[in-house]
Amino acid sequence: MGNVLLQYATVLVLSIFVGIEIIAKVPSILHTPLMSGSNAIHGVILVGSMLVLGSANTNLEEILGFLAVLLGTLNVVGGFVVTDRMLEMFKAKAPKAAVKKTDEVAQ
Amino acid sequence: MSRETLIDLLYLFSATTFVLALKGLGSPKRARMGNGIAALGMLVAVVATFFKYVDGHSLHHVGLILLAMGIGVLVAVPTARFVKMTAMPQLVAIFNGVGGGAAALVSITEFVHIKSTHPATYVTLEVLLGVLIGTVSFSGSAIAFAKLQELMTGRPVTYPGQQVLNGIFGLGALVLIVIILSTNSTPLLWVLLGLSFILGIAFVLPIGGADVPVLISLLNSFTGLAVAASGFTLGSNLLIVAGTLVGASGILLTRLMSKAMGRSLANVLFSAFGSNITASGDTERADGRSVRSGSPEDVGVLLNFSSRVVIIPGYGLAVAQAQHVVRELAEELEKKGIEVFFAIHPVAGRMPGHMNVLLAEANVPYEQLVEMDEANSELQTADVALVVGANDTVNPAAKDDKSSPIYGMPIISADLAENVIFLKRSMRPGFAGIENELLYNPKTMLVFGDARDTLTKVLATVKNG
Repeated sequence: MGNVLLQYATVLVLSIFVGIEIIAKVPSILHTPLMSGSNAIHGVILVGSMLVLGSANTNLEEILGFLAVLLGTLNVVGGFVVTDRMLEMFKAKAPKAAVKKTDEVAQ
Repeated sequence: MSRETLIDLLYLFSATTFVLALKGLGSPKRARMGNGIAALGMLVAVVATFFKYVDGHSLHHVGLILLAMGIGVLVAVPTARFVKMTAMPQLVAIFNGVGGGAAALVSITEFVHIKSTHPATYVTLEVLLGVLIGTVSFSGSAIAFAKLQELMTGRPVTYPGQQVLNGIFGLGALVLIVIILSTNSTPLLWVLLGLSFILGIAFVLPIGGADVPVLISLLNSFTGLAVAASGFTLGSNLLIVAGTLVGASGILLTRLMSKAMGRSLANVLFSAFGSNITASGDTERADGRSVRSGSPEDVGVLLNFSSRVVIIPGYGLAVAQAQHVVRELAEELEKKGIEVFFAIHPVAGRMPGHMNVLLAEANVPYEQLVEMDEANSELQTADVALVVGANDTVNPAAKDDKSSPIYGMPIISADLAENVIFLKRSMRPGFAGIENELLYNPKTMLVFGDARDTLTKVLATVKNG
């Protein structure tokens, strides 16, 4: 058990360094999309939510797990869609083409 | 290859896409692709999870999982797609909050699930940290949302003994964690949940509206940490990697953002910035200094005689939905051979980069947007600085008034231009609640009214002139 914990701790420490390294030089105009994008990424809690609901034994666990999956989905889907919407604004060269594209993405 | 190994490999793929995505989001060219890659990685992870075995059986309640996901998608997609661009910061706040809530729920559910097996102390600790951090992020984001959406005052909410009380809440949570660790008590877990909820609210209340974006970034980082804690509990490398990446990069991003405002993170979080400033502003205004106001037509004439115009947009422009008119005005001036730039302060709008998004949406060419430093050198030779709905970001007090709360914040030096025009709704101070000396400057002309109406009239004059 101790070894497993150590393995997770290793992953944790390395991820901290990667996380810091990766965004060290970001222009300020991209701060908001970056925040929004990483917001979507922590939506990976959805995977954890699926696992707890998928192993629920009692009603209480089912209710909590259901809510977790619901909130996790909101986080993932909302996060990615909002970020994409922000970023699509950054390269609107031909106005009409851009508008058309927006419609396609919307449905 | 066993099923579990395959799933773990797919998780590794997802974790890799997250790293690449964060990297891509740091450059304007690859940002959108980065976001897409992460979305793909997320999809792969979710689909793979459906095939995972837990407690020796395949996933139960698949129907319930799909139902919850279906509801989530139905709510999230329209919300994210159709909410106005100006409301974007609130939206990020709310999507972050639900993530924190999900992390807390996952931790609680796992605690209920494994309690009978008498888990090791460190497992319980991971659960409790997940609950604490996730819930703080949830309730804190909810208050941040309420502030930005103007469901409550954007001013810092302060009361006597606030910091002491917050300290007691925080300490109480820690004591509770220690007790639960030794007793494994489920009722006390609910108490911790409640206390964390209150802690999140109490933590956010004293933070003023102008600082909320920095706060959201911090809460975003918190949610990442809560997800990482859940990852420890569930034994998922994917959750640990993704959560930690967001947690670590989020803290750094938060510091970058407070630096862009010329303040330290501690100052943003604990100084109740903007709460006690208006009083002095009022007395100063009482000494009878006058401002010079003009009409939209005056502005149009002045612009026509200029050869270089710098437009400095702020949140007021977005509120008045004047992006499109301002773009038309810029086009019209360019047609007449007048150089036009948009000077973008790093925190113009409600979040860093918010203004760029709003102007890009109105099809202002990317090349016309210049960042603060470049703008300040352009302004030295500009005939007109046209300030549309901005205030604090051009306030010279940041440069020369040591007693001012925004002293040290980098600003756009509109006062360098030959003429300064302010389009304002009223004499009300800006979001940070600070009086602006530039309004009383002899070379400043104020035009009161809705920015869009004013600009439309200005545009008409320019066209005829």
